[in-house]
Amino acid sequence: MNETLEKVIEILTELHEDVDFRTRERLWDDHILDSFDVVTLTSELNNEFDIVITADRLTPENFNSAQALAAMVEELEDI
Amino acid sequence: MQKNVLEYLEQTLPRVPDKIAFADDSMQLTFAQVSAQARGIGTALHQKALYNEPVVVFMEKSPAAITAFFGVIYAGCYYVPLDVEMPAFRIEMILEQLKPRAVICDAKTQPMLEKFGYHGASYLYDEIAASPADDAALAQIRAKQLDIDPIYIVFTSGSTGVPKGILACHRSVIDYIEHLSETLKFDGDTVFGNQSPLYFDACLKELYPTLKFGATTWLVPKALFSFPIKLVEFLNAHEINTVCWVVSALTMISATGTFGFVKPETLRTVAFGSEVFPVKQFRLWREALPQASFTNLYGPTECTGMSCYFHVDREFEDTEAIPIGRPFDNTGILLLDENNQEAQAGKPGEICIRGTCITMGYFGQPDKTAEVFTQNPLQTRYPELIYRTGDIAQYNENGELVFVSRKDYQIKHMGHRIELGEIEINAGLYDGIEAVGCVYDKVKNKIVLYYCGGVEKAALAAYLKERLPRYMQPNVIRQIDAMPHTPNGKLDRKSLLAMYTESLAK
Repeated sequence: MNETLEKVIEILTELHEDVDFRTRERLWDDHILDSFDVVTLTSELNNEFDIVITADRLTPENFNSAQALAAMVEELEDI
Repeated sequence: MQKNVLEYLEQTLPRVPDKIAFADDSMQLTFAQVSAQARGIGTALHQKALYNEPVVVFMEKSPAAITAFFGVIYAGCYYVPLDVEMPAFRIEMILEQLKPRAVICDAKTQPMLEKFGYHGASYLYDEIAASPADDAALAQIRAKQLDIDPIYIVFTSGSTGVPKGILACHRSVIDYIEHLSETLKFDGDTVFGNQSPLYFDACLKELYPTLKFGATTWLVPKALFSFPIKLVEFLNAHEINTVCWVVSALTMISATGTFGFVKPETLRTVAFGSEVFPVKQFRLWREALPQASFTNLYGPTECTGMSCYFHVDREFEDTEAIPIGRPFDNTGILLLDENNQEAQAGKPGEICIRGTCITMGYFGQPDKTAEVFTQNPLQTRYPELIYRTGDIAQYNENGELVFVSRKDYQIKHMGHRIELGEIEINAGLYDGIEAVGCVYDKVKNKIVLYYCGGVEKAALAAYLKERLPRYMQPNVIRQIDAMPHTPNGKLDRKSLLAMYTESLAK
């Protein structure tokens, strides 16, 4: 498993200790993540990976799984 | 003289009966519908012999829930909004305090009531709202109502672990709505975009001016506050021109570069409050909306909505705080020092508030009420209450009030008022927890909970999810071997916070 994904899972787990983010999908759609989490995650990911998650990336799809978040981070790192 | 908030609705109704008063994605209610349904609810509650007592409104956020509030007031009762998203334990505690005889609910919430141990009467909104209004009965209720009678209770965090229900009356709300409307220049063309949950007094800003002016309030779907482009598109689609939001909702838009993609084209009045607006973010707003007015609002729920305002009329340095300004007309501010004397010029003091805005105190908690609703110490010759906010402020060289700090462990987190003590007490109740300490990282806006005891972090987190509202959940939970204490044996929050900050630096 790649490093970005590992780190994303670590950050997610800090938010919700009781959720297995390796397997869960539909995190936003199933209300596992809420608006508080999106705000926190955005700032954590920005700091951790030295990226800027811009408004156009803030969509429910990008917050539905650890994999989607990691993919978004990697795209932003390449810019 | 107006003495009942419903007079706003009654005077507006003949002017604009078919205009939309309250709307969301799935429902739009005109003033005529709001009036008919509220009068139906008022009549139905009256027929159940309910009067001057709490009626819980346990419904999903919707135009119907708002109309239920007005229905409760028609019956001469006071509404208590509870939300489906509150944790069960908190709802149970509130029901235990209130012992209500009636709950208004919807099809989704009615089945949940039993699990909260509530066995009183519950009424489906759709059924009672359709009751025919008994005009004579409603007129009789109105005739005996005074403007000092209560209209709502909203619950706020309590440091002893028990939420406090703040009770407010017609006169305070009318006083607030009149002065707020004048300050922010609301009128019949105002289109509000509501962000605040209905169980906070923050929603007074939209609800009652809508009735007063025949304006319109759109309830913005909560999910949009995570997705800024969709949020701004919603504002534009409904031509929303006025928002009174918590700062974090506004900075979420500016900090993510939303204005580079889309701007809120119709917005002309932006009011914000409940926490400090970082000047950098504020500038982005001002640049995006050079024609709009921006107003900082400040006030505790105990004094009915907001008490002070500051129109942002000049530039600020990045490190400066935007002032909280001056009190609304007919509200007085005293800055008191430790000796209960007026703080000297330029020196900090506790903000104490006097005026018609002062609420009736904490429902069923006379001791808690007496602690903070006290005699004005500067004037002892006749009874006069002030409310002691616990907020420390000082005047700047322009004579504007500037917030400095809290004198206790109350914090503002994402616009919500939280007692760290309430989090600690709840965490301490979990089996196996030996000691707890909660601190707030102001830089990163995180609630940090430390605990001692052989307990799994995940288990503690899951337990707190059942007991505390979402906004009170710790963002970070950490286990330590021993809690730091001050020489006199109290929890040493300073050391705890230092420990946390150091751990981040590593």
